[in-house]
Amino acid sequence: MVKRLFACVREYKKVAILTVLFMIGEAAIETTIPFITAELVNKLRVGAEMSDVIKTGILLIVLAACSLACGGLAGVTSAKASSGFGKNLRGEIFDKIQTYSFENIDKFSSSSLVTRVTLDVHHVQMAFMMMIRTAIRSPLMLIFSVIMAAVMGGKLALTFVVVIPVLTFGLLMVARFAMPAFRRVFKKYDKLNESIEENVRAARVVKGFSREDYEKDKFAVASNNIRDDFTKAERIVALNTPIMQVCMYFNMVFILFVGSKLAIESMGLTVDIGHISAMLTYGMQVLMSLMMLSMIYVMMTMSAESFKRIYEVLSEEPAMSDPENPLTEVKDGSVSFEDVSFKYSKTAERYVLENISINIPSGSTVGVIGGTGTGKTTLVSLIPRLYDATEGSVKVGGEDVRSYSIASLRDAVSMVLQKNLLFAGTIADNLRWGNESATDEELVEACKLAEAHDFVSSFPDGYNTRIEQGGTNVSGGQKQRLCIARALLKKPKIIIFDDSTSAVDTRTDALIRRSLAEFVPETTKIIIAQRISSVMDADMILVMDGGRISSAGTHAELMEKSDIYREVYLQQTENSRGGSENE
Amino acid sequence: MSKPDFKKGRPPVKKGVLLRVVKMLFRDYPRLVPITIACILFAALVSTIPAIFLQRITGTIEAYAPTGDYATAAKIIVPDIIFLIVLYVISVAVITLDNQLTAIITQGFLSKTRIRMFRGMQNLPIKYFDTHKHGDIMSYYTNDLDTLRELISRSMPTILRSGIIVLTVFGIMIYYSVWLTLILVVGVVVMMLVSKKLAGGSAKYFRGLQGSIAELEGYVQEMMNGQRVVKIFGREKRCGEEFDDINDRLRNQSFRANAYSNVLGPVIMNIGNVMYVIIATVGGIFLLIPNFRNISLSAIPFGISIVIPFLNMTKQFTGNVNQLSQQINSIVMALAGASRVFDLIDEQPEADDGYVTLVNASVDENGVITESDTRTGKWAWKHPHSDGSITYTLLRGDVRMNEVDFEYEEGKPVLKDVSVYAEPGQKVAFVGATGAGKTTITNLINRYYDIADGKIRYDGININKIKKSDLRRSLGIVLQETNLFTGSVLDNIRYGKLDATDEECMAAAKLVGAHDFITRMPEGYSTEISGNGSNLSQGQRQLIAIARAAVADPPVMILDEATSSIDTRTEAIVQAGMDKLMENRTVFVIAHRLSTVRNSDVIMVLDHGRIIERGSHEKLIADKGVYYQLYTGAFELE
Repeated sequence: MVKRLFACVREYKKVAILTVLFMIGEAAIETTIPFITAELVNKLRVGAEMSDVIKTGILLIVLAACSLACGGLAGVTSAKASSGFGKNLRGEIFDKIQTYSFENIDKFSSSSLVTRVTLDVHHVQMAFMMMIRTAIRSPLMLIFSVIMAAVMGGKLALTFVVVIPVLTFGLLMVARFAMPAFRRVFKKYDKLNESIEENVRAARVVKGFSREDYEKDKFAVASNNIRDDFTKAERIVALNTPIMQVCMYFNMVFILFVGSKLAIESMGLTVDIGHISAMLTYGMQVLMSLMMLSMIYVMMTMSAESFKRIYEVLSEEPAMSDPENPLTEVKDGSVSFEDVSFKYSKTAERYVLENISINIPSGSTVGVIGGTGTGKTTLVSLIPRLYDATEGSVKVGGEDVRSYSIASLRDAVSMVLQKNLLFAGTIADNLRWGNESATDEELVEACKLAEAHDFVSSFPDGYNTRIEQGGTNVSGGQKQRLCIARALLKKPKIIIFDDSTSAVDTRTDALIRRSLAEFVPETTKIIIAQRISSVMDADMILVMDGGRISSAGTHAELMEKSDIYREVYLQQTENSRGGSENE
Repeated sequence: MSKPDFKKGRPPVKKGVLLRVVKMLFRDYPRLVPITIACILFAALVSTIPAIFLQRITGTIEAYAPTGDYATAAKIIVPDIIFLIVLYVISVAVITLDNQLTAIITQGFLSKTRIRMFRGMQNLPIKYFDTHKHGDIMSYYTNDLDTLRELISRSMPTILRSGIIVLTVFGIMIYYSVWLTLILVVGVVVMMLVSKKLAGGSAKYFRGLQGSIAELEGYVQEMMNGQRVVKIFGREKRCGEEFDDINDRLRNQSFRANAYSNVLGPVIMNIGNVMYVIIATVGGIFLLIPNFRNISLSAIPFGISIVIPFLNMTKQFTGNVNQLSQQINSIVMALAGASRVFDLIDEQPEADDGYVTLVNASVDENGVITESDTRTGKWAWKHPHSDGSITYTLLRGDVRMNEVDFEYEEGKPVLKDVSVYAEPGQKVAFVGATGAGKTTITNLINRYYDIADGKIRYDGININKIKKSDLRRSLGIVLQETNLFTGSVLDNIRYGKLDATDEECMAAAKLVGAHDFITRMPEGYSTEISGNGSNLSQGQRQLIAIARAAVADPPVMILDEATSSIDTRTEAIVQAGMDKLMENRTVFVIAHRLSTVRNSDVIMVLDHGRIIERGSHEKLIADKGVYYQLYTGAFELE
């Protein structure tokens, strides 16, 4: 898993390795400085020449400059490497999602995908930067410091034999106990925030039922509960500082006590004051490195969640792929279902569609009617191969849909979705989704067919009117008509309307159907509708019920033989002339 | 790990915010806060003392090293070290106490603040929710509270601690040598100038970074929502290219911002190193100058035993000055967050001058109404008068609007001269295009908003006199946008009447035709609803919301597009239940689908805030006006 993600470093490998080298340089210089400072201090003590003192001083300043150069360069290269890594990772995730089929998409909610591309990558990117900087620097500092201390202080370095294991153990224990506690409380915290969000969104409901006090009490209980858990977790973490200080103080006392004894007894020969002061510095460096390491440990385990979530997206197998030697040309708009059954997952008990067999000749108009959950949308989703039939075969232009390349099949089959979307951009931009190279005349032509030209031209900016994100600045009926125009621009062999004129008034709806019949007669039209009037004049109407086609025929035939059809028809036309309802 | 803050720029901080936070802390924890402060001060002072002992011990070593007489030296050194150990033990104990208390205070204070915010929010008028983005309100609870946590648990203690240490160390340094102190102060000023410059650059790029993150997030969000459309139009590759562009911009910003802040650390550290070297070198030079005149408070002659502790203090001093300067930025951020939190808490609550309350009532055979402590199934308005007398009016559900005018924003009237009379048990329907003012009328009846002119009377009482919670309790409301709460299906239905039994809830579900699908769900009535019922279809959610209103059993009901997402066939099935639900109740219905309003007693057609037609379905059809055209589908409603 980790390997798969780090493969995304790609072209930024060089800067990442450079970072590591700079970090090694910095750590080495950083640990040499106290050593030379000790020399300086000793020179002062024994009363060396002024020029000697200045020489050592200049050497030290040069070293500091080198350390600065290494550290600074590492800062820049690590930023470059990690931001590049983050970019690659985001690109990889986004590209992967593009290969998903509808089945894969159903698994992830769109908001969770957004979080993975943004926040999770941010966390992993930060962890990566930390890894190539601090995670390299701290252990190196630790090792160099201990070595220098041993070389210089001799016996005094024994203090580390005690301090390092104690501190490591203490910090690890804290991390081990604190982390699960935090994970638990973060989950609860998310829930609390969800409930706040619910209350914000449902303010009308809360007030409508006068439930303000009830909600306040409920919230206070939940909030206090979280406070208790949070406090517990934080109190564990708060032990870090005292543990660190105990070690630090032990270190100082040990060095002062043993050091003074050694220094005086040896008359400053084995250990002198400079050594003692350098030892104190090394001690601090060792302890700080350990502290950093424990922080890295915590950060790493916390970003592991993000790692996992990203990996989930990357390792998802696209449920659908092109066949070998695919067909690229759809002959005509004929559609046939041969004993097709379908369920959304292999483990699902119930079939959504069962034993469907129909034959739709090219160029005909087919209506589909039925209640919610009877399988209308699922039925038509199989035609552009948004899903694969579980059993049986769906054929377009006389060939199984699985034998075409997906791109050419979807190019020939246009579908206007129930939950349709326009994207931020101008109306023309949105229409060109159907055909990138469409001329202005073609846009106008498609809009005229979809009865959208009139209202588009009534906008001050016409086809250059900007659509806000989600298409909030056009009405529902206008949006639907633009979506139809967009689908028509593909010049498809088959066009499917999934309840896509529900917000359009009946008269316009009828006009659209008429112009389709007149101007694109060779295109097969499949219309799912709630309104009987939308399908009444179709060549064939399918009545769906419980995943099966309960009956099929023309309006007149169905009035004869289908109870469901007659019932819906009567209900919609009762007391009225012509049309029935208006959503 | 904290979430990156995507907001741009720095919001204004109001005056007195810091003081208010401190005051609140003292009020909430009158004992713990002073103890914690005392601990911090004590620990800070103690942490500077070792420098003195270090000086004494090195002095002793220096004096006795040439003699090699440890036994004599030990008489001075050992008591010093023992004293040091005692000091350390006390210090560790104090710091442990301080850290534990800080954890308790921080989390306690956050919880209290969160509850204060939530309580305040519950008291706000609907207008607040309508005029503030929900994401912004949420960010008060998440991002802004988080900056407060940072302020209390880190910034404030650090400032206290580092401030004390800097002052004390400064004192000790002057005590030893004014010359060296001066050099150090100059160095620190240089360090601060450089870090300020770098931090400024970093902040600039971080703002740019936030812009890029927002741009990328917006794009990804749009594409993820439209993923199905992308596939159907085969736009995968094109989208990938667009994404690459935005992605690379983000990379560039992220690189710049992080590079700046990464460089800051080594720079500060090495300036610290250079200071150390300079002090050592200069100290050495001073040592070599014969008869160097040290200026100090202590008047100790200049020697190696001054230089060494001074070197240690150099690190302590620069380190803590650094800590202080680093906190400034996060304090500014925290105070901005705190200002927003206080804004929410201080927001003017919904005014309620109502004094007419709703009480359980019983009526004797003479028609005299008396108040009852138990549920009687009958309700009455309790109306206290200025002369001290109290009258009771039976709750019937008679709602009258008289020449009501209303506007949400000044100069943009939404309703003009609207009069509606609904007698108990009548069904009144509102029809009209989006924005015609249908929902506004219902907003006014239960006083989500208050009317500008005209009168609304409920059972003959001006609704301004009725206590809002009681008024709303007597009105059931089902909205188009269904909002369910996390919890079981049963809990959600019970929301309408908290003391309803399971049987009552199920009866309500049966009444409205929801029982059937609920029992078919995996856990039946115990099925957990999460994410506003994302596991249910829109129609199913509406049915649960209707059941929720039914269990409350109010005399007046408002159905605002309550069945818009239920398909016509299912609607026909639940129609019987809906009819039963509306029986003996005053009902206001708003619906796009005209089949739903057909059997109303009176239908009002609204256009731009005016009632342009009113009458029964038959009358309006016969009139062949706007309603007739809508009904025959010649008009598009939206």
